[in-house]
Amino acid sequence: MSSPPSSSPCHLPSTDGRSWPRLAPLGVDGLLVSFGDRLGETANRAALSFRAAVQSAGLQGLAETAASLASVYLRFDPEGFDPAKAEQAVCALLASRDWYGAELPKGRRLWRIPCIFDPALAPQLAEAAQAAGMTVEAAIRSITRTRLRVQTIGFAPGQPYLGELSAEWDIPRQTRLTDRVPVGALCVAIRQMVLFSVSTPTGWRHVGQTAFRAFRPDSDQPFVLRAGDEVLFVPAPAETYPSLCESGPDGGATVEPIA
Amino acid sequence: MSGLLVLRAGPGMTVQDMGRPGYMEFGLSRGGAMDRLALHEGAALLGHSPRLAAIEMAGIGGEFEAMRDLRIALTGAPMAARIDGAAVAWNACHKLPRGARLTIGSATKGVYGYLSVGGGIDTGIFRGSRSAHLAAGIGAPVAAGQILAVGDDPTPDRVGLGLRPADRLGGGTVRMVAGPQTHLFDSDTLRRFTEEPLRRDNRGNRMGLRLLPDGPGFGSAAGLTILSEIVIPGDIQITGDGTPYVLMAECQTTGGYPRIGTVLPADLPRIAQAAPGTVLRFALVDRAAAIAIERAERARIGKLARQTFPLLRDPATIPDLLSYQLISGVTAGDELEGDRQ
Repeated sequence: MSSPPSSSPCHLPSTDGRSWPRLAPLGVDGLLVSFGDRLGETANRAALSFRAAVQSAGLQGLAETAASLASVYLRFDPEGFDPAKAEQAVCALLASRDWYGAELPKGRRLWRIPCIFDPALAPQLAEAAQAAGMTVEAAIRSITRTRLRVQTIGFAPGQPYLGELSAEWDIPRQTRLTDRVPVGALCVAIRQMVLFSVSTPTGWRHVGQTAFRAFRPDSDQPFVLRAGDEVLFVPAPAETYPSLCESGPDGGATVEPIA
Repeated sequence: MSGLLVLRAGPGMTVQDMGRPGYMEFGLSRGGAMDRLALHEGAALLGHSPRLAAIEMAGIGGEFEAMRDLRIALTGAPMAARIDGAAVAWNACHKLPRGARLTIGSATKGVYGYLSVGGGIDTGIFRGSRSAHLAAGIGAPVAAGQILAVGDDPTPDRVGLGLRPADRLGGGTVRMVAGPQTHLFDSDTLRRFTEEPLRRDNRGNRMGLRLLPDGPGFGSAAGLTILSEIVIPGDIQITGDGTPYVLMAECQTTGGYPRIGTVLPADLPRIAQAAPGTVLRFALVDRAAAIAIERAERARIGKLARQTFPLLRDPATIPDLLSYQLISGVTAGDELEGDRQ
């Protein structure tokens, strides 16, 4: 048996009393750096930019990194892994700048993705709109006029978490899971949208349907979207759905670089 | 290309290797064999690389026919196996001559059985791995009628060897380390978690499995959800009703349930092989101890090939003897070991 567990806070030379970022062990050979416990633009940017910095810093023994909404995971090669040294290196990097003021990653792109909001293909749009206190028409306007950003790719391969919708959309996930949403389903909860890359059960409400494949295992570029990319959903008539599906894995989407 | 013809396949049969690490940033978990140790054991028996792919059988085997002279190794959860009707030992390697039929029954203990073939199963590679990752839509279950290609066998004459497997099929104690949310569980809850027996629920698959406490669940100050962050195999999530759920090889890459700790990789085979109803207990170890345990396990695995031993008699010539050994209990490895003494 062992000493009682504790979080392993990083002793940063922070002067403003802020308790973030935090550093904690994750598994035997990993570390988790958290920039906040709530989703927010600055914490998300901090996570994305810190991950990029870790990648280019060439930390000794680093095997893999991944960012999620507001945190970064670092996995080290277990052979020769020295947690004290690794934590020290990470702390030094954390202290080297204000990550909350970081800019978004370079090479970002804007995607315009056609989306069907017809009840037959968006079975929970009415229910979600009601939860957000809007008419269905206002809900569609709100979703399609918000330039959403890929905050992280996760849960399933290539699957983007998109944010952030206006405050009315701070609606909880369902307590009961939907048995299965199809690939390309656009779902909403807590001011975020997920564009499903696999068919799966979910607690998120299915409010739109795209023909966009975010994961393309047979392609040279299986993972299509990147954190930092932006997405606009373009309302499309229900009758266009079959042709969007047939048009290929982009499902009628267009992409352009963000200058 | 000829190899192994699948005549019949249980529902949870897939091709697995050590998985594809390095794609968590794209939302793809590593995947790979549920009981990696069984792949190492199979590779040690056959004398080939542990990175080669094998067939993972979840509880139920199948029937196969060799399309050319092959060698096989059977490891993990023991299942009654026969070659052309003659019983063959588990935790051992055997010849499977061209045209021979291999039948594999249900697991008699544990969950995941492995059929390794000399030279490895040589199906298509995606991102460095042949592992099916069904949750991600990569690959498909092995199905009847399929021909599985087999790689070149480096040592086609190496057969008739056994290996005593590390004991991991009947539950027992698994070790865990503290993680980002462990401190949110009060000391009494943590004490109960490491003292009380937990029973493996019927619900479970390659993504994860649920554990049922005899008493109340395990709540924390984190409440029901935390902001989603990266999760890894071995993480013990505490779901909304206080029930532990251990993430396994094919888990999602992010999760929002508080985690009471993370099971050591060395002990994941023990979790994977716990059949429904099996009792597991958790022990918290500190990180230095965990690192030492993992190093020792890697060193032990590195020596497996030297620990194979000749089966006492050639099973091809004395099938009756082996079938007699298999009738009673089917932990063939132990019996073979017993025979030696």
